[in-house]
Amino acid sequence: MNLSISLTVNGVRRDVELSDPRVTLLDLLRERLDLTGTKKGCDRGQCGACTVLVDGRRINSCLALAISHDGAGILTIEGVARGDQLHPVQAAFIAHDGFQCGFCTPGQIMSAIGLIEEAQAGDDPERIRECMSGNLCRCGAYAGITEAVLDAQQSLATANQRRSA
Amino acid sequence: MKNFEYVRPASVSDAVAAAAVPGSAYLASGTNLLDLMKGGISRPDRLVDVTRLPGLDRIEHLADGGIRIGALVRNADLAHDPDFAKSCPAVAEALLSGASPQLRNAATVGGNLLQRTRCGYFYDTASACNKREPGTGCDARHGENRLHAVLGWSEACIATHPSDFCVPLVALDAVVEIEGRAGRREIALEALYRLPGDTPERENVLEPGDLIVALRLPPAVRTFSAHARYLKVRERTSYAFAMISAAAGLRIEAGKIRDARLALGGVAAKPWRARPAEDILAGASADAATFRRAAEAALADAKPSGDNLFKIELAKRIIVRALTLAAVGTPARMSALPGSPFASVSGVLHDA
Ligand SMILES: Cc1cc2nc3c(=O)[nH]c(=O)nc-3n(C[C@H](O)[C@H](O)[C@H](O)COP(=O)(O)OP(=O)(O)OC[C@H]3O[C@@H](n4cnc5c(N)ncnc54)[C@H](O)[C@@H]3O)c2cc1C
Ligand code: SF4
Ligand code: FES
Ligand code: FES
Repeated sequence: MNLSISLTVNGVRRDVELSDPRVTLLDLLRERLDLTGTKKGCDRGQCGACTVLVDGRRINSCLALAISHDGAGILTIEGVARGDQLHPVQAAFIAHDGFQCGFCTPGQIMSAIGLIEEAQAGDDPERIRECMSGNLCRCGAYAGITEAVLDAQQSLATANQRRSA
Repeated sequence: MKNFEYVRPASVSDAVAAAAVPGSAYLASGTNLLDLMKGGISRPDRLVDVTRLPGLDRIEHLADGGIRIGALVRNADLAHDPDFAKSCPAVAEALLSGASPQLRNAATVGGNLLQRTRCGYFYDTASACNKREPGTGCDARHGENRLHAVLGWSEACIATHPSDFCVPLVALDAVVEIEGRAGRREIALEALYRLPGDTPERENVLEPGDLIVALRLPPAVRTFSAHARYLKVRERTSYAFAMISAAAGLRIEAGKIRDARLALGGVAAKPWRARPAEDILAGASADAATFRRAAEAALADAKPSGDNLFKIELAKRIIVRALTLAAVGTPARMSALPGSPFASVSGVLHDA
C-alpha cells in the first residue's frame, strides 16, 4: 500500500509521505506540517483539545488515522482568521474572556465553529453548553466560552443576513 | 502502538476476504479501535479500512415502513435525520446522550454496535483480564467494580456493554445485516451479543471476516414514537458513559398500555431487553404502581457483582422514571440535555 497521502489543509494542498500507517491526523498536523495550534491534551478522545474540521465537520484528530483521511479538507485554528482579521469566534472568545491559559482554546474555537455550522443549539445556553461538552477546560472558563459562542453565533447570523439582503 | 498493515478495499466482498485473514480488524472511524490500539489492548496485524466502501452510508425508508441504516452512517447524522428522529425518538436521544459532538460526527453505526467494554482493568494491560487475555483472571471481580454488571455476569467477567445506541435498538427489535464468507445473513441485534460465561473474550457471534453492512428497524417502531424516551444516569451530566440507562416505548390507547418496550444499558455485557417487565406493562394502566411492578420484574434476577448493589435499586428508579416520561409523551423537541434525568428548564443559565 502506498503511504503517501494528500490533504487540503487550510486551503493549501499538502502531499505527505507517511513513515508508517500509525500516524494520527493530529500528529501529522503537529509533527509533519508544523501546525502546532491544534493541541494534544489526552490523545484519547477525552478532552477535545485536538478538534479540527474535516470536510466541514468537527472531529477529534487524535482518534483519526491520517491515512484513512487521504483526500480530505482540513481546517485548523491556523486557517480561520483572514490575515489580521480574526474569525468572529476568535474575537468573541477575547471579548468574553473565554480562556485563561489558552491550551484548550484552539479546540474550543474549532468546536464552536463546528457547532454553529451544525445549527442544532439555537440561542439556548443549555444547548450550547451541551454541544460544547466535548471540550474540557481545566481553567474553567466555561461561562465565558458559552457567552462567546452565543455572541459569535449571533454576529455570524447578522453578517449572513446583511450579505443576503 | 504495534505497527500494522493498512488496506482499503474497494468492495464489500474484498473487505470480507481481507478481514477473514487472522489478525485482521475492520477500521471504521477508529474512535474506539485506535484508542484500544494506543493502549496496547488491541494489537491487530492488519487494518481493513471500511470507511470508503460504497453504499453503506444511507438511511433508507423501506416500502414496508421499516428503516434501513447503512453501517457507515455517522452517529450524528442518524440522530439529526428528521424523519429518523421522528420515527425513533428514543434512539435519537440515546445517540445524542453518548460521547461528544466531535465523536458522534465520526463514530459509525457499525462501530458503535461493536465498541468494547470500558472496564478499567480491560484497559490496563498490567491487570488480569479474562476478556483481554483468556485464563488470566478478572481483577475487577474484587477490585473497583461499582460500575460493573448486575445481570448476566459470570465469575469470569463482570463487564458491561457501554453503548447507548444499542439500548433502544434492542427494545425495538433491530436486526443487523451481516456480510460474511458464506454470503449475506441477518440476526436480531439482541442475539448478536453473547453473555460472558466462561468465554468473555467471545463478545458476539460474528465470525472472522463478518462485516456489519446495515441495521434494520421493523415498521412497528413507529407505534412507539409518541411515547418514547431514553434516560441515562452518568457520573457527570454529559460526555460520560452510562452508569444505568433505560429505553422505554409505550403504545397507549384510551389510558391503557397496549404494548410496551423496555431495555436497560450499563447493567450487563449486552444491552438488556426486559421482557418480563414488558409483559406486566401490556394491558395495564399507565400509573406509578404499574411502573414499579415492571421495574421489580426487570431486575428480578439481578445480583451485585461487587460494590454495586446500589445499581439494582437505581435501575428500578430509572425504569420508573423512563416509563413515566414516556407515558407523558415524547417531547416535541429533543431535550436540551439528551437522556439526562437532571435536564433543567431550557434556556435558564445555571450561573444566572
Ligand atoms: C471519550 C469517549 C467517550 C465516549 N462516550 C460514549 C458514550 O457515552 N456512549 C456510547 O455509546 N459510546 C461512547 N463512546 C464510544 C463511541 O460511541 C465509539 O467509539 C464509536 O461508536 C465507535 O465507532 P467507530 O466508527 O469509531 O468504530 P471503530 O473504533 O472504528 O470500531 C469499533 C469496533 O467495531 C468494529 N467495526 C466497525 N465497523 C464495523 C463493521 N461495519 N462491521 C464489523 N465490525 C466493525 C471494529 O473492528 C472495532 O472492533 C465514547 C468514546 C470515547 C472515545
Ligand atoms: S470484568 Fe471482564 S473486562 Fe473487566 S477485568 Fe474482568 S474479565 Fe476483564
Ligand atoms: S487530544 Fe484529542 S480529545 Fe484529547
Ligand atoms: S483556558 Fe486553560 S484549559 Fe481552557
